Order: sequence, then structure tokens, then C-alpha cells
Amino acid sequence: MAKMNLLQAINSALDVAMAKNDKVSVFGEDVGHFGGVFRATSGLQEKYGRQRCFNTPLVEQGIIGFANGLASQGSFPVAEIQFGDYIFPAFDQIVNETAKFRYRSGNEFNVGGLTIRTPYGGGIHGGHYHSQSPEAYFAHTPGLKIVIPRNPYEAKGLLLSAIFDPNPVLFMEPKRMYRAAVGDVPEGEYTIPLGQADVVKEGTDITLVGWGAQIEVIEKAVEMAEKDGVSCEIIDLRSILPWDADTVVESVMKTGRLVISQEAPHTMAFGSEVAATVQEQAFLYLESPIMRVSGLDTPYPLAHEKEYMADHLKTYEAIKRSLNY
Amino acid sequence: MATQTTQQPDVTTSMTVIDGHALRIPMFQLLDQDGVPHPDVTLPELDKELALKMFSTMQFIRVLDERMIAAQRQGRISFYLSSLGEEAASIGSAAALQFEDMIMGQYREQGSLAFRGFSVEQFMNQLFSNAKDLGKGRQMPVHYGCAELNFMTISSPLGTQIPQATGYAFGQKQAGEGHCTLVYFGEGAASEGDFHAGLNMASVLKVPAIFFCRNNGYAISTPVAEQLAGDGIAPRGVGYGMKTIRVDGNDILAVYAATQEARRLAVEENEPVLIEAMSYRMAGHSTSDDPTGYRTRDEENAWRDKCPLKRFRQYLLSKGWINEADTDAQQQQVKEAVLAALKEAEQVPVPHIDEIIADVYDTPTQQLQQQLEALKAHVRKYPDAYPKTSQGVK
Repeated sequence: MAKMNLLQAINSALDVAMAKNDKVSVFGEDVGHFGGVFRATSGLQEKYGRQRCFNTPLVEQGIIGFANGLASQGSFPVAEIQFGDYIFPAFDQIVNETAKFRYRSGNEFNVGGLTIRTPYGGGIHGGHYHSQSPEAYFAHTPGLKIVIPRNPYEAKGLLLSAIFDPNPVLFMEPKRMYRAAVGDVPEGEYTIPLGQADVVKEGTDITLVGWGAQIEVIEKAVEMAEKDGVSCEIIDLRSILPWDADTVVESVMKTGRLVISQEAPHTMAFGSEVAATVQEQAFLYLESPIMRVSGLDTPYPLAHEKEYMADHLKTYEAIKRSLNY
Repeated sequence: MATQTTQQPDVTTSMTVIDGHALRIPMFQLLDQDGVPHPDVTLPELDKELALKMFSTMQFIRVLDERMIAAQRQGRISFYLSSLGEEAASIGSAAALQFEDMIMGQYREQGSLAFRGFSVEQFMNQLFSNAKDLGKGRQMPVHYGCAELNFMTISSPLGTQIPQATGYAFGQKQAGEGHCTLVYFGEGAASEGDFHAGLNMASVLKVPAIFFCRNNGYAISTPVAEQLAGDGIAPRGVGYGMKTIRVDGNDILAVYAATQEARRLAVEENEPVLIEAMSYRMAGHSTSDDPTGYRTRDEENAWRDKCPLKRFRQYLLSKGWINEADTDAQQQQVKEAVLAALKEAEQVPVPHIDEIIADVYDTPTQQLQQQLEALKAHVRKYPDAYPKTSQGVK
């Protein structure tokens, strides 16, 4: 075990994957010698050479198109998009190509080796284009997997699973936690399964669901609620697609109440899918309406970031509204 | 890989504004319109067996295209895209590759796939979306693909295959086995951002890729003059620092020779190459398009005289490698084989309903399995409403 922050855990996962299989390569804007604008790929070019860790020209659709081709050739490309906000030029390659590659060819070809890493999320004064949480855009896309870790241990284990999963994975990293989250992380190889939610904390009165950096926010809100004598169950979805509805539904059948707390704008955020599914599968168990705490339906603002965010106080208030319904 | 150097331009003290049309790239041609070699040219070494394979593939594709346009008109298939007039571009280039080289296409390169050995039955199974289709009946007609023949499955979004070819070729370079990737696209697709992305990345990363543009004058109804303002696609290659050649796309020998040299550069020197093949789209864009709305019969007739089949046929006749009687007989045999395969493929049922959820992921998710079970229960309840699949869910 070593103490690592989330960035170091990502770097360690890439290092382990590259050492394990020489068909793993890492590329994107500034990821080469410089080691990435967040230093996630630091030292990898020196260790594995310029054919396996390299800069690309500044063109997101090209990075993902290139990665699709490389993956279809039998490699395990790990492509980096510098910020989740800049993934949209590659939306066509991801949605129309990556996600449909295996299906449309009748499994003659696939890009299962592909992993797309991208930092996402707010709370860093990033304004419109360094703060977005675009997971819901991609969650509407059969064929993709979407994974979002909450801490360094989870990040390394989930990233190693993502890289060697036989399906393309969009791996979104909570950049607010890059250096803020520090924890014990094994130095060697280990994996955490995709598609399985994690019950972070057990409770009996209410279920809270979130993912990524929002788990920390939920934990703060829960701390306040438990002082009021409320027993809270916290579930980290970890995988947005395919997602673990069973774990969430089972929890709500026990607690009867659900609050979903998410960074993204409210309308059509992934919480809407969670709410609809729980309503279908646990209708007779619900004792209050499912509450969603989200960002506002606005572009991500700069000066009013604090007001915009789905913070712990808004989450705490939602817990109280649910209980007092 | 790219070098670390910063490029330093030469200095000039006279203000020079370079004209956008300053770079004029000529078209490489070996055979004239009548199939006669230009004087003093060096023809590519082409043995009789290969030449006849190229010619018979051209004949087959011409017959297939004409027959399937008719089949669509009869409502037997939903859609078709022909390659009439462009057979030399796809077949001449495919003939210059090694079998292990990857081919990625747009959708008008069935000639390459036929050259690789895709059978008339395989073409038909895809066109009829039946249970024997390698693509399991999921994509529209003409979206062929075959891993065994190193021919990447076609998709409809234009230009997406261009940066993918760069990535595929990068993997081939890493593997070091001396293979390359050839990617086809039309001059319309070259306006997409993915063209820029793919060519620039290929030049910077030095991958063994051949970018083969079929400039046939039209993107559906849009003439090339409304597509681009410069001297076609070829000068753009120079702008990316890429080796470039423009070739007569109706001259199969010129296409073959240019692609051979491009392959040598790609594989031996890791120099990607852009080839622009000038041709003409003789038919409508697809069976959903009627070209009389945007061009004249006179224009089409002028190009009919430049037919690539006729030109190669004349050349082979002059070499004494074919004779008229045998060629006509062969043509008739091809027609019969195509019709027989059509009738057979038409009778094959659609893939089993379970295929609707297979291959979304490597294994179906729990949610997908639940959706399939619900669908099957529904089909069982209303079998008459779903006649193609209800037999399979009893």
C-alpha cells in the first residue's frame, strides 16, 4: 500500500497496464514528455517510449477516430480528452462509431480495447468549459460503458478494469478530487468490477445515490442528517452505463426513500433515469417522492459557482424534505 | 514520431501573397481514352493472371451494380449504392495492395471487396439482410465488411473512417510486420473535419496509410465547384506535408501504378500518401436519388466515352490477353451467377430475434436480456404482426 492522490492512482494504473501488456498505449494533447496538464501521464513516455505514450495534434475528433482505428486493430488505446467539456467534437466518433462498432459489423470488428479518459466536474472555478459533467449525453448510447470513480483506490481499480474490459469505456475523472482525495492504494495490479454499485455506508431511513466527486458532498450532508438521528444509506453508482439498478432498488425497498445528488444540470441528468427506474421497480415501497438535487439548468457559471452547485446543504435539505413528506 | 524542432520559415523582404490556385497538380495517366498507352510511358509490371483478375472483377461489379439497381427498383431490396464508372479506382488500388493490408471504405468501393474474394453469395446476403449476412442483417444494404478479407465494415457517417485508418496504420507500424491501411473516401467526405484530423495526424505520426480520394465530381447533387474552391483535394496533402499524387481514376493501370508506389512509401518509409483519383459518378448517388434534377445527359454521355471498363478492355484486346467472344461469354456467365445468387439470398430468412441484442456489448447486459424477454413475450402474443421473427420465438 502507498498513499496516493487520485492523479497518482491514475498514473499508477496506466503504469501497471502498460507494463502488463505492450499493446496498451496512451495519447492525447500534452500527455507525452510533459506528462499531461494534470500530470496524469507523468513519466510514462520516459519509461515506455514515444511509440506508446505520445502527443497528438490538437483535434478531439481525430484523437478518438485514431483511437477507434487503433483499438479495431487489436490494441488497448487509452485516449485522453483534456477536459470533458472538449469531448463534444468527438461526439460523432464516440456515439456513431465507438459505440456501434461491434454491433454493426456482426462482431466482425470491435473497439473493445478502447478507454477514453477525461477529467470532468466543477468546483474549481472552471466556468463554462472546465466544469461540465457530460455523462448523461453518453448514457443514452448503447454500446458504451461509462465509469466514474470517487477516490484514488476506486480510480485505479476501476481504470484497470476499464482498460482491459472487452468493451469501449468512457472513464470520467473528478478533477476537483485529483489532488484533494488521498488514500491507501495498492502499488501493483488489482481490479474493481464494472457495472456494480458500491454501498459506501449502510443505513435504514433513506438512500442517497451519487457518483464521482458528489459522493464526498453526499457524505457531508449525511453527517449533518445523522446528527439529527437519521440513518442514511449511501450508494456510489461507480458505473453509469450499464448501471446497477438492482443494488439501488434493493436499498430503496429497505429505506423507502431516495435522494439522488448530482453535479450535472437537472433536466435529463442521469438521476432522471435512476428515479424513473426506482419508481417502476419499487413503487409500493416508496414513502415519499424521489428527490433530485442537481446543478441548475444553466451553463456552468463562474461567479455564482457556489450557488449553482448541488452542494451538501442542498442535499441535506432534500433529505429533510424526503423525511418530512 | 514527430521531431521536437520548431519550424523556422525562410525570410523574404518582398510582400508575397501566394495565390490560392498557385499549386496545380497534374493527373497521372498511362492509357489514353482508347486504351492505348501514351508514348514513352513505363507501364507497371502486370502479369496476365492479375490483369485478367482485375478485368473480371470490373465486369462482375458492373453486372452486380446494374442488376441490384434493378432489384431495388422492383422493391426486392430497400436500397442500393452503385459504383458505376468508378470500378477502376477501387479495383486498381486493391490490386496493388498485399492481402494483409487493411482496407477501409466509404461505400462505393465494392470492387475492392470483390477483388479480395468476397463472393457473390456474400454480397447478396448482406444486401438482403438475411441470416447468412456477416453483419447479421443490422445495417443498410452495401454496408459490407469482412474480417477474414481485411475489409473493415462500412458505416454511413462520412469521413469517420479517415482518422480510424490513421489509428489502424499506427498499430500496424507498432506491430512492425510491414502492413499498411488504405482508406477510401469521396471528395465530398473530404470536407468533413475528420479528413483534416486523419491526414494531419497521419503526417505528424508518420503512419503507413494511403488516403485514397475518389473525386467523382458530385456529392449527391452538390457539384465539386460548390464543395471546394482550390485545385481539388490533392493540394491539401502537400499542405499537410504529405506525399501526394493525382491520378486518372478511369485508367486502371495508372491507379495500380500509383497505389503500388504509395504502398512502397507507406510501408518502407512510413510516409503516408494521398491519392486523388479523378473520375465521374455515372449513376445517381443512390437508388434514392435522381441525377436528372441537377446535371445534363450531355455531361453524362461525355463521361460514358471514358468508361474504365471499355478502356481496359481495349488494352487487353490489344495485348491479345482476351478476345471478344470469350469476354462476352464470360459476361453472360456473370449475369447468370448474379441472378442465381439473388434468387437464393432472397429466400433466406432474417436472423433470429436473439441477434437484436447480441454484440451491443461482448455479452448482453442484464437490462438487454430483460428487454429481449419482454419483446419475445410480446411477439408471442401478436405473432401475425411480426411475421419475420414470430416463427423463431415459439
